[in-house]
Amino acid sequence: MKILVLVKQVPDTATQVKIGADHKAIDTAGITWIVSPYDEFALEEALRIKEKRGQGEVVAVSLGPDRVKETLRSCLAMGADRAIHLLDPAWDGGDALTTARALAAAIKQEAPALVLCGRQAIDDDMGSVGAQVAELLGWPCASWITEEVVHADGMSIRVGRQAEGGLEVFDLPLPAVASAQKGLNEPRYPTLKGIMGAKKKEIKDVKAADLGLAVESPALSVVTLEALPPRPPGRIIPGEPAEAARELVRALREDAKAL
Amino acid sequence: MAGAFWCIVEDDRQGNPKKVTAEVLGEASRLAAQAGGQAEAVWLTDKATEAGLKLLAEWGAKRVWLCENPGFAPYRGEVWTPVVAELAAKEAPKAIFGAVTTRQRELLARLAARVGAGLAADSTALALDGERLVATRPIYAGKLLAKMTWAKPPWLATLRPNVFRAEDPQAGASPAVERPAVRLPAEQMKLVERREEASTGLPELAEAEVIVSGGRGMKGPENFVILEELARVIGAAVGASRAAVDAGWRPHRFQVGQTGRTVSPKLYLAFGISGAIQHLAGMRTSKVICAVNKDSEAPIFKIADYGIVADLFEIAPLLTQEFKKLLEK
Repeated sequence: MKILVLVKQVPDTATQVKIGADHKAIDTAGITWIVSPYDEFALEEALRIKEKRGQGEVVAVSLGPDRVKETLRSCLAMGADRAIHLLDPAWDGGDALTTARALAAAIKQEAPALVLCGRQAIDDDMGSVGAQVAELLGWPCASWITEEVVHADGMSIRVGRQAEGGLEVFDLPLPAVASAQKGLNEPRYPTLKGIMGAKKKEIKDVKAADLGLAVESPALSVVTLEALPPRPPGRIIPGEPAEAARELVRALREDAKAL
Repeated sequence: MAGAFWCIVEDDRQGNPKKVTAEVLGEASRLAAQAGGQAEAVWLTDKATEAGLKLLAEWGAKRVWLCENPGFAPYRGEVWTPVVAELAAKEAPKAIFGAVTTRQRELLARLAARVGAGLAADSTALALDGERLVATRPIYAGKLLAKMTWAKPPWLATLRPNVFRAEDPQAGASPAVERPAVRLPAEQMKLVERREEASTGLPELAEAEVIVSGGRGMKGPENFVILEELARVIGAAVGASRAAVDAGWRPHRFQVGQTGRTVSPKLYLAFGISGAIQHLAGMRTSKVICAVNKDSEAPIFKIADYGIVADLFEIAPLLTQEFKKLLEK
């Protein structure tokens, strides 16, 4: 069973982000990049499916500039068999739909049984690409899954999807797309052997033309990035516990009108 | 009608629209008034109620597009998306808004791909700027705000709960209900079962107006009962930090933060939460933030409107008593 895992390179959460000179993107100088955490759940799940079935192939796919190679290399170190790097300046400045179209075209060429991705990337939190890939391919899609079992015949998959007020369990015919929510698994760390082995694995560069794609202009674009307006300074309420509690409740009611 | 601002209805699966839909309709009504259109609701459901339709009208929907069919439950993207897309192709709305819920986030994404439109997911503000709409979205763990705009209509967006204001209900408003003929697309996903979450008797985290959250300072799962008591008194949901969830003290669905839920209540009370950036990412758009922590250096105090530097085990029960007294008045 071939499984494609869609991954995105994002700044580490703890990294300071600064607005770039054009005010439309961040200044990438000095940023520590990581694999978006939800994508790690997706990759881990793909590796577990392969291990459980005793056969198959796990392919990591990512779109972005040269630095994305590092992220793909991390995926190979975790255990992916090979990687595809969608690398073309034509995709610069694209929106989620630009990315989804590129990924859908790559998926068509690879024809996997299953596509896994994270429920959202932690940089722009758009959370759209997985569902959009499914729509473009005409495949079913289960978002925010916390449980997954591939049926023995390899023709369908059972997933538990997080919904408001409960968990909904579905059977999906393959091929299908599923997006990983925290709770699905605990991602492994790459082993030294994995890291060494990753150097020998293939990362294939793919351009828009290789996919037969004419890149469309983005449907949504950034007007400007702004720093968060500062919150008004807070107030530490002093005094003995009973006194402080009383004063906090009074302030919430009378000053903040929060209750 | 052409140029309308559509709102996809989020309901409780029993035929009753949820509060978040009032917020989405409120925002749609204000924008439509400026743009010279009207707010309309689009309701896909297995079961609508008369009371529900009336509520939508009271919340500002001038028209309700009602698509009622057993095939719409449970939500499946491959069934819902073509129905909304087909209706939109006919009616040419200017905007299609949804709420940030798991299903509407997916639906709007699929819809955007199907009709080739832009989607501003999890928006916290919308504003008309001449002929264009500009959405504000928190990005990079809420450290920055992105203002984004669409190349062309329809403008698709999902709106974060508790951020947008519902209009005052127009009592007695009655809805113009359209029941468009619907060809139900073939389903691909088959429901096996739905496991309801054990009811806590408290509001749902994602939509709650008040949230009481506990972190590592709670010291163990057994102590969350003191937060539940407080929550019960003030009608709050109980959340948890990643530290508390990763320690196994609370199920993941209660996690507030970057790898959990993003919430934006009117009041957020943090107990024993240090305020790591991952946590702030999920709650920093809350209107009023209170923190109780023994460590006066905890980063949570930097964004808190009110703070008490003390032992939460002393403060929380005292707060419960004080709130009780206040609400009994």
